[in-house]
Amino acid sequence: MTEPTSPVAISEAAWRDGRLSYPCTADGTPVWPPRIAAPGTGEPLTWRDSSGLGTVYATTALHARDVPARNVALIELDEGFRMMSRVEGLPADAIPIGLRVRARFTGPDPETGARLPVFVPAEDHA
Amino acid sequence: MTASLRASAAIAGAAESEIGAAPDGTRPIDLMARACLRALADAGLTPADVDGVFAATTQLPMAPVNLALELGIDARYSDATNVGGSSFMFHVGHARAAIAAGLCDVALIAYGSTQRLVGRSSASVQELDPWEAPFRPAMPVTAYALAASRHMHEFGTTREQLASVAVAARSWAAMNPGAWSRDPLSVDDVLASRMVADPLTLRDCCLVTDGGAAIVVTSAERAATLRRPPVFVLGAGEAHSHRHITGMPSLTATAARQSGAAAFAEAGLTPADVDVAQLYDAFTITPILFLEDLGFCAKGDGGPFAASGAIGPGGSLPLNTNGGGLSYTHPGMYGLHAIVEGVRQLRGESAERQVPGCEVAVTHGNGGVLSTQATLVLGSAATL
Repeated sequence: MTEPTSPVAISEAAWRDGRLSYPCTADGTPVWPPRIAAPGTGEPLTWRDSSGLGTVYATTALHARDVPARNVALIELDEGFRMMSRVEGLPADAIPIGLRVRARFTGPDPETGARLPVFVPAEDHA
Repeated sequence: MTASLRASAAIAGAAESEIGAAPDGTRPIDLMARACLRALADAGLTPADVDGVFAATTQLPMAPVNLALELGIDARYSDATNVGGSSFMFHVGHARAAIAAGLCDVALIAYGSTQRLVGRSSASVQELDPWEAPFRPAMPVTAYALAASRHMHEFGTTREQLASVAVAARSWAAMNPGAWSRDPLSVDDVLASRMVADPLTLRDCCLVTDGGAAIVVTSAERAATLRRPPVFVLGAGEAHSHRHITGMPSLTATAARQSGAAAFAEAGLTPADVDVAQLYDAFTITPILFLEDLGFCAKGDGGPFAASGAIGPGGSLPLNTNGGGLSYTHPGMYGLHAIVEGVRQLRGESAERQVPGCEVAVTHGNGGVLSTQATLVLGSAATL
C-alpha cells in the first residue's frame, strides 16, 4: 500500500498546496464527493485543478449559544461539481443563493498543517 | 418478471413501548422487547410463534441478535438492515419477500432507543464525510437546513409555510393523549423560537425522546386467522440516492419519487386514493418534500399545500395524525412509529384523531440526510 490511492490523501495534499483538485472521468465529467473509481463504470479517475470560481447552491447559518453564527454552504463550482464549504466576508445568515464566489485557502492549521478551501464573494477578489 | 406481492402479507400486530423519557437504567432492548411483547399480544401470538427477526437501532448494531436472545426467539431468518429512520419500511418490504419465499412465517419488526436518556451523541455515532467534516456541519440539522434553503430559493417556499407543518402536527398531537408536546403552537411561536440552523428554528425540528415500537408481519392467510383485522401491505418501494448531503443529486428532489412510484404502482392506487398519510417529519421541510415527491401535490407546491390547512385536522389529507416526529415522539429513528399510527388509523383505533372511513394509508420513511426513502401503501380488507 505505497501508492497514494486514497482520494482523501490526494485531495488533502492538493489543499495543502492551495489547489482545489477534483476527480473526473475520461470524458471530463467531475465526480464529487471523490471516490476511487468512476461511478457506474468503475473506470479510473484523473484529478484536475478547479478554477475555484463558483456559485452558492444552498446555505445555512448554524446558531449556538454564546458564539457567533457560522456559515455552512454548498458551492457549485464552474467545472460542474458541488462541494461543502463556507462563505466568508458576509454575515453568516446573509449569504444569497446564486452569489458568485471564489475559493481562497485558509492558513495552515498550526498542529496539522491542513488548509481548507473557503469561499469569498467573487467581485471582492477579482 | 417478478410475482406480485400485493396483499400477500399483512400487519397482524402493532404496538409501542412507553415513549417519552425512560427511567434511569433503561436499556434500548427493554423498550424494543416491551413493544414486541405488546405487538405479539395484539396479534394473539407469543415469542415462540416468531421465526423471522427484523430490527435496527443505532445503539445495537446487531439488534436482531439482541432481540432474539431477549425474547427467546429461535430465528431462521434475520435482517439487521439499518438505513436510518426508514429502516422499518425497508424491513416490511424485505419481510414480505421472505414470507413469500417460505423463509419465515411470522416476522417481528422492532425498534427501541434510549437516546434521550443517554444523550443523542452517545446514542448515535455520526459518520462524517471527509470532505464535509472540516466545515463542521452539525448533523443532521445542517443538511435539512440546506435543503430548506434551496427549496425556498427555487420555489419561493416561506418560513411561515415550513412552520405550518409544525402547527398542523401540534394540532393532531393535541388530540393524542400519548403525545410528548401538546401545548398550543402557532406559526408565530415557531418563527420566534430559537434559531438552530437558518431557516430552521427549534420548533422546525423533531423531538428528542426515548421509545420503542414493533409490528408483526405474516402472510395474509395466517393474518386472517389471528385476533386483529389484518392491515394488508398493498405496495412497498425502497430507494436511496446518497449518503451525505454533498452527494444528493438535487436538494429539492428525493428518492421518494422512486420508492413512492413503485409502491403506488404495485398497489394499483394513486395519491388521490389515500385517506391518511404518515410522512416522516424529522424537520418541517421533510413532509413538504415528500408530499411533492410522492405525488400529493406538484413539485414546488408543498409549502402552499401545507399552509392551506390540507394536512391538519379536517383537511383533505390528514398528515401525521399522531402528532408525528415534531410533536408525538422521535426516539432517533421514527419510521416504525409512523407505521404503527397507519395501522391504528386503518383499524379505526385512533380515538379522537381517527380519520373517518380510513381504508388506505401511506407510511413513508426517511433515513440519513434525505438519503434513504421507503414507502408503504397499506390497506384495510376493503381494498382487496
